Amino acid sequence: MQVPAHFEYERATSVDHAITLLARWGSEARVVAGGHSLIPMMKLRLARPEALIDINELAELVYIRLADGVLRVGAMTRHAELLANPVVGEHYPIFHDAERVIADPIVRNRGTVGGSLCQADPSEDLSAAFAAVDALAVVRGPGGERTVPIREFHIGPYETVVEPGELLTEIRVPVRPGGSSAYEKVERRVGDWAVAAAGAAVWLDGDTIADAGVGLTAVGADHFCSPAAEAVLRGAPATEETFAAAGRAAAESCRPSADQRGPVDYKRHLAGELTVRALRRAVARARGQEA
Amino acid sequence: MTTRITVTVNGEEHTAEVEPRTLLVHFLRDQLGLTGTHWGCDTSNCGVCTVTLDGTPVKSCTVLAVMAHNHSVGTVEGLERDGKLDPVQQGFVECHGLQCGFCTPGMMLTARWLLDNNPDPSETEIREAISGQSCRCTGYENIVRSVQWAARQEVTR
Ligand code: FES
Ligand code: FES
Repeated sequence: MQVPAHFEYERATSVDHAITLLARWGSEARVVAGGHSLIPMMKLRLARPEALIDINELAELVYIRLADGVLRVGAMTRHAELLANPVVGEHYPIFHDAERVIADPIVRNRGTVGGSLCQADPSEDLSAAFAAVDALAVVRGPGGERTVPIREFHIGPYETVVEPGELLTEIRVPVRPGGSSAYEKVERRVGDWAVAAAGAAVWLDGDTIADAGVGLTAVGADHFCSPAAEAVLRGAPATEETFAAAGRAAAESCRPSADQRGPVDYKRHLAGELTVRALRRAVARARGQEA
Repeated sequence: MTTRITVTVNGEEHTAEVEPRTLLVHFLRDQLGLTGTHWGCDTSNCGVCTVTLDGTPVKSCTVLAVMAHNHSVGTVEGLERDGKLDPVQQGFVECHGLQCGFCTPGMMLTARWLLDNNPDPSETEIREAISGQSCRCTGYENIVRSVQWAARQEVTR
């Protein structure tokens, strides 16, 4: 029987209350949202917080809003809610692609967007999706609120810039016209972590790629993205040749490690091929040729 | 140290003392004696521990009992109403939807949730809904048929 070690439990009733509790418990506290990463780690004693600050009651952090060209996702939004949201699907289908292949429907009912980002697992899908669309993380602490570009949010495996005493409250994604996006993942079996995955966001100006973002999952890409592939894409024609060149750049730019999910060469190959597929689909969507 | 929680389980309010680290599955089974909720992999993979939390299926091996405080939980024991099986349960009887029965409570709760939200699901939608739950016996065919049977009952009712 796997049960976490003893801990003190605090139920936050508001964001301010959560911040107060975090200040009281200091670095020995961990925030628990859906718990689907943290509780398994606590069962295995890979995490042993002295106190858990439960933010499940914070309805104020459950929302998906589009206003003034910015899509705002509250940190306590469950995966299932992101997947079911039509506004998200309309502007950023990359999130629906990614959510469809995150774990399974029952886990998605509980796991949260904010929890996934803060867990900072190198194989976590949403991190690359948010990196591809150049999102902004909103972090609140005792001194107020600060924003962090998502490409600076993760500083290593299981490590983010969120300090003890701080709480991720929101993710912001700018919505710009003329674009679309897609996410492509290869997994060993349904619901598993990615062997590798790639996300692409493109903005077209006629047949030219005006701007692009490329996110990479589980292949050791710094900050889950590939600036090298993006440099290939910007200003280039939206053609198969360009996608292939970007794929090569993505494959070269990442540093996968071999594990039970596959050897380095295979993962590198996937990083390139999945980048191509994600770009192809994102462009087709931007042209209105594919749902 | 324990903490006091009040949880509505199958419509009935329960107040109990639990350790914060107590998992919802153990609270239901060991403290309330509701052993219909099964417990298998312990790693949120197999789904045999599935119960509903405020009407939505969750894996109770990965939810703390304290998180259910002031919320309502549904288990397989609550499916039957006034001595009458839920159509989903009846479907599992009619279509031989179980063999050993280990996965069955979780499968039926997810099926109930699916039909509540999508009364006429396609086969793909049924398979997708139960894709977070493992069955080592049936090969899923008869589980799908059981859910389809229940859907037909309810659509024609
Ligand atoms: S026991 Fe909970 S998912 Fe297997
Ligand atoms: S009936 Fe035996 S595991 Fe499903």
